[in-house]
Amino acid sequence: MRTMLVWATGALALAGIPQAALANGWNMPVGVTDVSRDIYSLHMVIFWICVVIGVLVFGAMFYSLFRYRRSQGASAAQFHEHTTVEVIWTAIPLLILIGMALPATATLRTMYDASQADLDVMVTGQQWRWRYEYLGEEVAFTSNLGTPREQIAGGDEKGENYLLEVDEPLVLPVGQKVRLLMTSDDVVHSWWVPDLAVKQDAIPGFVNENWVRINEPGIYRGQCAELCGRDHGFMPVVVEAVEPEQFDQWLAQRKEAATQAAMGIDREWGLDELMTRGEKVYGSICASCHQPDGSGSPPTFPALAGNQAMLDERARHIDTVVNGVSGTAMPAFRSTLNPVEIAAVITWERNAWGNETGDIVQPSEIAEQLSE
Amino acid sequence: MATHLPPKPAPQYSEATAGGMAGAHHDRPRGLMRWVLTTNHKEIGTLYLIFSLTMFFIGGIFAMVVRAELFQPGLQLVQPEFFNQMTTMHGLIMVFGAVMPAFVGLANWMVPLQVGAPDMALPRLNNFSFWLLPVAFTLLLATLFMPGGGPDFGWTFYAPLSTTYAPPSTTFFIFSLHLAGISSILGAINIIATILNLRAPGMRMMDMPLFVWTWLITAFLLIAVMPVLAGVITMMLLDINFGTSFFNAAGGGDPVLFQHLFWFFGHPEVYIMILPAFGIVSVIIPTFARKRLFGYASMVYATASIAILSFLVWAHHMFIVGLPLVAELFFMYTTMLIAVPTGVKVFNWIATLFQGSITFEPPMLFALAFVVLFTIGGFSGLMLAIAPADFQYHDTYFVVAHFHYVLVPGAVFAIMAGVYYWLPKWTGHYPHLRLAQWHFWLSVIGVNLTFFPMHFSGLAGMPRRIPDYALQFADFNMVTSLGAFLFGASQLLFVAVVILCIRGGEKAPAQAWEGAEDLEWTVPSPAPLHTFDTPPDFKPDQP
Repeated sequence: MRTMLVWATGALALAGIPQAALANGWNMPVGVTDVSRDIYSLHMVIFWICVVIGVLVFGAMFYSLFRYRRSQGASAAQFHEHTTVEVIWTAIPLLILIGMALPATATLRTMYDASQADLDVMVTGQQWRWRYEYLGEEVAFTSNLGTPREQIAGGDEKGENYLLEVDEPLVLPVGQKVRLLMTSDDVVHSWWVPDLAVKQDAIPGFVNENWVRINEPGIYRGQCAELCGRDHGFMPVVVEAVEPEQFDQWLAQRKEAATQAAMGIDREWGLDELMTRGEKVYGSICASCHQPDGSGSPPTFPALAGNQAMLDERARHIDTVVNGVSGTAMPAFRSTLNPVEIAAVITWERNAWGNETGDIVQPSEIAEQLSE
Repeated sequence: MATHLPPKPAPQYSEATAGGMAGAHHDRPRGLMRWVLTTNHKEIGTLYLIFSLTMFFIGGIFAMVVRAELFQPGLQLVQPEFFNQMTTMHGLIMVFGAVMPAFVGLANWMVPLQVGAPDMALPRLNNFSFWLLPVAFTLLLATLFMPGGGPDFGWTFYAPLSTTYAPPSTTFFIFSLHLAGISSILGAINIIATILNLRAPGMRMMDMPLFVWTWLITAFLLIAVMPVLAGVITMMLLDINFGTSFFNAAGGGDPVLFQHLFWFFGHPEVYIMILPAFGIVSVIIPTFARKRLFGYASMVYATASIAILSFLVWAHHMFIVGLPLVAELFFMYTTMLIAVPTGVKVFNWIATLFQGSITFEPPMLFALAFVVLFTIGGFSGLMLAIAPADFQYHDTYFVVAHFHYVLVPGAVFAIMAGVYYWLPKWTGHYPHLRLAQWHFWLSVIGVNLTFFPMHFSGLAGMPRRIPDYALQFADFNMVTSLGAFLFGASQLLFVAVVILCIRGGEKAPAQAWEGAEDLEWTVPSPAPLHTFDTPPDFKPDQP
C-alpha cells in the first residue's frame, strides 16, 4: 500500500512539473526565428504525446500492481497470449509515429534550405575560440571568452553572464537570411545558440551549411556543444542581432578598422611597441594552451619560457607560428593573424618570461614569408 | 577416429547427490590458483560479477569527482584537463568494465543452468575471456598516471581530438579496448555455442527462457560490431603512430568517417547493454506475478527486431554533423520505428502483471522500477529521434539524462534485479530483506534526483562534458550532485547485502521463489559446482 502511494505521488509530480516549467528556464527556449518556433512546437507535441502515453501505460501498470496484489487474495489468471490486442498495440504506436514524422519532415526540409542568403558568414572553430569572417566584406575577427579567469577560479564574484560573454560578439542583421558556413582548424567543435535553434558541427576538412533569419533584435548566447579539449566549456558564442541599417554602419566601421590594423607592415617597428602588441595577442590567442606565464602543459603543449630549441632556431620559431606543426595541436596562424600581430607575438615570446634574446621580428619579414 | 579418443568417463554423480560432494573427484588447485585456472562456469561467472562490481565502484568514484566539481559554478576541485579524464574514464569503465561484464557474468552463471547444460560449451576459452579483462582495465586505469594523463576525449573518442590532439597514453587506451573487445567476442562465441548445442533434450528454441533468448541475440550483435570497434581503433593507432591520415583532414582524411564507424559499433553496443536486461526482467516479472509471461513469442520477435534495427539507426547520433537531408530523414524514420518493438515489450510486461497474483520481493521491486524508469528513458529517446528537435537536444544534458535513464535504472537496475533474484541460487541464502528494501528505495530516489533535473538543465541549454557552467544551471546541478552522492552511497548497502548473503541468512530451498519455473530452480541451493552432469528431464510448457 505504502509502495503504491509513493509511486503514485512520483508519477503525479512528474506530470505536474512541466506545466510550471514552461515559463522560466526549465524548458527549451521558443527562440527568435521561425525555425526555432517550429522546433519548439515539435518538441512540445512529442512531449505531450509521451505524457499521454505515459499516463495510460503507467496507469494500467499501477492499477494492476494495486488491484492484483497477492496480499489481497488475488489469484493468477492463465492467459498468456491475445493476438488481437498484440496487433492493436503494435499498430497504434506506428500510426502515432507516422503522425509525428510528417511535421518533423517538413521542418527539416526548411532547415536544410540555405539557398538565397543575403549574407554569408564563415564560422571557424579553433581551440578554444570562434573566428567569424564576413565573406566578400573583408571583415574577420576572433571571438574569445570574455569572463575573467579570476571569476572562474573563484576569486571574484561571478557576473550575470558568467561564461556566456565574449570580447567581440558576432553581429548579424535582423530580418535577413544569413548563411552560416561552419568549419574548424583543429578538432570538431559545434556552434550552438539555443534561441536561434542553430547547432552545427564545425569539422576540420568540411564546410557545413546552416542558416538563420533572426526576427527580433537582441543579444543571444550559446556555447560550443561538442567536446573539443580542455577549454571546451570556455568557448561561448554571442550573437548580437541589430537592425540592418545599424549592421551596415557597424560593417563599415569594422572595414575601416581592419585597414588600420593591417597598416604599418612596411615600416620598422621598435621592441617596445611590438612587445605591447605581442602581449595582447599572446593573451587572447596563445595563453589558453601555452599558459599566461609560458609554462605550457607538457607534453601536449610545450613550454615557451626557457625553451632553448625555440630560442636558438629563430626561423623555425617563425615557421611554427605561421604554418603550424602538422600532426600536433599547434595550428597555423597565417590566415588568423595579420603580419603585424604575428611579428609582435613572436617578438613577445622571444623576450618575455626571462627569454631575453633581444630579438625583434619585423612585420615586413613576416609579410615577405606569407607572400612566398 | 573415435577409437583414439580416451574412454568417456561414466557420470559419477546423479543430480541429487551432486550437492556438497561437488568437485571432490578431481585434484583441484586451491587458493588463488583455483580462480586463475578455473574452467567452471559458476566460478567464472562469480569472477565476472566481482570484477564488474569493482569497476562499478571505480567508475562511480569518477562520477562522484565529476559531480563534486559540478556542485557549484566555478572551478573548485579539479582542473578541466582532469575533469575531461574523469568523464571519459567514467563512461569507458561503466560501459566496458561494469555493465557488459555484469551481463556476461550473469550469462555464465545462468545460461547453462537455464538450458540444462553441464557447463559452457568452451570452458577454457571462457577462462581466457575473463582473464583478459583485468589486464585490459589495469592498462586503461594506468593511463591516468602517465605523462599527459589518461584519455580525455569522451567515451566516444571522436577523432581528431583522440588522435592528433590526444595525450600520448592513447596508444595504451587503444590496446586496452582491443583486449576488452577480444574478451567480448570470445565470450559471445561461447554463449552462442552453449545455447545452440547444449540445450537439454526436448528444449526447443521457443522453449528457452527469455534471458537465454536475449543473450543469444546480444551475442550475435557483439560478434557483428566488436570487430568494427577493433577496426576503428586500429585506424586511430595507425594515425597516431604510423603517419596515416584516416581521420586527419590535413592529410586528406575524414573525421566524419570516424563517427560513422564508431556509431555503427556504438548503437548496437547500446542494445548489447539493454537486451539482456529485457531478458532478466521478462524472467522476474512472471515469477512474482505468478503468471506466464504474456506474449512470449512476440517478446522474442521484438528483441530480434530491435537487434536488426540497431544496425540501421547509427547516424541519429550524428544529426548535426551535416548529413544530407535524405540521410537525416532515413535515420529519423528508422529510429522512430524502434519505439514499436520496444513498446510491445513494455505492454507485454504490463499484460503479464494484469490479473496476476503479485508480491513485491526485492528482485520484483527492481524489475518494476526498471519498467517505469526505462520507459521514461524511452520517451526521451523518442523525443531525441525527432531530427529537427535534436538540433536543440544534441550534446546537451537532455541526452545525458536520456542515456542514464536507460543505462542506470535501465541496465544497472536489471542487473541488480537479477542479482537479488539469483542470490539464493548462488549462495543458498535469501538476501537480507530490510537492507535490500532500503537499498532499493534509496537507489530509486537517488537515481531520479540525479538524472531527472538533467532533462531541465539540458533543455535550458547546458552542453554536456563541461567542467563549469553558466549561473542559470546552478540549481539543477546542485540537486543532481546531491542525488548522485545519495545514489553512490546507497550502493554500499548493495555490497553489504551481497556479503551478508554469502555469509549466511535465511536458508533457501531449491525452488527459492514460489512462482519461478525455469530449470535453474530444479537444482539445489546453493547450486553445486557441477550441475546437469546428466541432462535434466525437460518438459515444455506447451507440447
